Amino acid sequence: MSPSKLFTTYKTIVRKEMIRIFRIWSQTLLPPVITQSLYFLIFGGFVGSRISGDFNGQKYIEFIVPGLVMMAVITASFSNVVGSFFGSKFQRNIEEILVSPTPNWIIIAGFITGGIVRGLLVGFIVFLVGYVFTGVTILHPLITLIFVFLTAVVFSLGGLINAIFATKFDDISIFPTFVLTPLTYLGGVFYSINQLPPAWQSISKINPIVYMIDGFRYGFSGRSDLNVGYSFVMLMLFTIGFWYIAWYLLKKGIGLKS
Amino acid sequence: MSISQVIDLTLSAICITLVSIMNAIDIKGLIKTYKNGVKALNGINLEVKEGDFFALLGSNGAGKTTIISILTSIVTKTSGEVKVFGYDLDNETNLVKQSIGVVPQEFNISIFEKVQDIVINQAGYYGMPLKEATKQTEFILKKLDLWEKRDQISKNLSGGMKRRLMIARALVHNPRLLILDEPTAGVDVELRYGMWQYLNELNAQGTTILLTTHYLEEVEQLCKNAAIIKQGEIIKNDSVKNLVNSLDSETYIVNIEKMTTPLKLIDGFTVTNIGDDKLEIDIKKGQYMNSLVKQLDANGIQVINIQPKENRLEKLFLNILSK
Repeated sequence: MSPSKLFTTYKTIVRKEMIRIFRIWSQTLLPPVITQSLYFLIFGGFVGSRISGDFNGQKYIEFIVPGLVMMAVITASFSNVVGSFFGSKFQRNIEEILVSPTPNWIIIAGFITGGIVRGLLVGFIVFLVGYVFTGVTILHPLITLIFVFLTAVVFSLGGLINAIFATKFDDISIFPTFVLTPLTYLGGVFYSINQLPPAWQSISKINPIVYMIDGFRYGFSGRSDLNVGYSFVMLMLFTIGFWYIAWYLLKKGIGLKS
Repeated sequence: MSISQVIDLTLSAICITLVSIMNAIDIKGLIKTYKNGVKALNGINLEVKEGDFFALLGSNGAGKTTIISILTSIVTKTSGEVKVFGYDLDNETNLVKQSIGVVPQEFNISIFEKVQDIVINQAGYYGMPLKEATKQTEFILKKLDLWEKRDQISKNLSGGMKRRLMIARALVHNPRLLILDEPTAGVDVELRYGMWQYLNELNAQGTTILLTTHYLEEVEQLCKNAAIIKQGEIIKNDSVKNLVNSLDSETYIVNIEKMTTPLKLIDGFTVTNIGDDKLEIDIKKGQYMNSLVKQLDANGIQVINIQPKENRLEKLFLNILSK
């Protein structure tokens, strides 16, 4: 296929994904905004106002803004791809793409673009809500953008891998419920890992979400628990690793071909 | 121009014609064993010429859909060689995919998408730019009488319309080979005839068509050649005409004026009286209908009409499968 044809196939998948996101906006864009607003209100306002102490030189409500934005991005990008791809698998219209000459890397790029767009849109809306509550500002916009973008990529790829393996609807809720949510909550959304005992600090460093939230938080405040360069490298490694897994699964037809 | 030059030119033309009739499908030693151990295909060899209208017949589970799924890359083969218009499925997969349009047996369209979007997107997956895809979609939807439904989501279409939508989707990128896996299942008679007419038109324009169906009447009406597959092996592969001619006998129902006298023996024919005004008669290969009618007339029996008891191909199909 020529580059222009490849670009057309990519645009086709992305267009389809965009139509889906905006057609069901009340399911794709609205719920995370309501949930995160409640977090701001309860943890930031009601409970947070009673939490004294210094959180990397910030008030508690300001400290949790990056974590809550990132939490929304992670959930939105993951659920967009897992829902869309598994939906296509379930209705078997994924065969429309599989019988066509669309290369596997375009399929991956197309579907994760949907996840990235939804993740970033939701993240931006949640950031605006956070801004209303806290007036928080961003110190390093480029670093913030890089971390939020790469996080959306990693979790879109994660959603794709989950959807490839899933054979029934239960399978697409097991990973978010039993893996993603605990890792996100324990990834430093509501606390600084420096406040944990040394043993828990070491355990926390196994959690990839710690690096994402910490790097993202650095973009906001210029302060972080971990080395930002190290967090960036970790995120890149996850991106490359997840991309390779997704590509390999599609190439082998695992979960898609008999 | 000398005679030798004329001969040379004629021979060249014949050679070019022979070379140009290439195989649309060329399958050699195709084996498929599924992970659960089921051996669906047991060394299939099959050739379908370019421009053919070819039927693949067999009972449920015989392996027809597995062949189609391998051709369309939905199922991976265990071993064997598959070529489509000379392109090797293993090494030139994209060229094979570009050549094929497929209408699967089961509905596999997104129920939430609009009719028009489904077809436009399919064109996009083959690299067709949006403007061209939109134009082509309009043409094909009008051709298949779906243009009025273009803005409806596919969930709201009837079974027949969904089937036509899948045909539209398969044809939007102008494939050289159209594969139809039971395309008229659940389609009413009127629509079925309309669909046959359209498929004939496509075939006449040069599209090679591979069809599986349970309606053997469909095969007689549409197809030039057919293969019968049983338990993953091709047990008969011939022209539809030859297949039908290979029948040893055919059974007819003869509707007659009510008989007033008992039926006498009719020479050479096996006649069963199945009512006052109906006879069932077996006509063997080589016997003539004229002779039968003459003898009935001589017996004072007035023939109203004669109709085949069963579809001829159906009889042949059952005969072959029962062997």
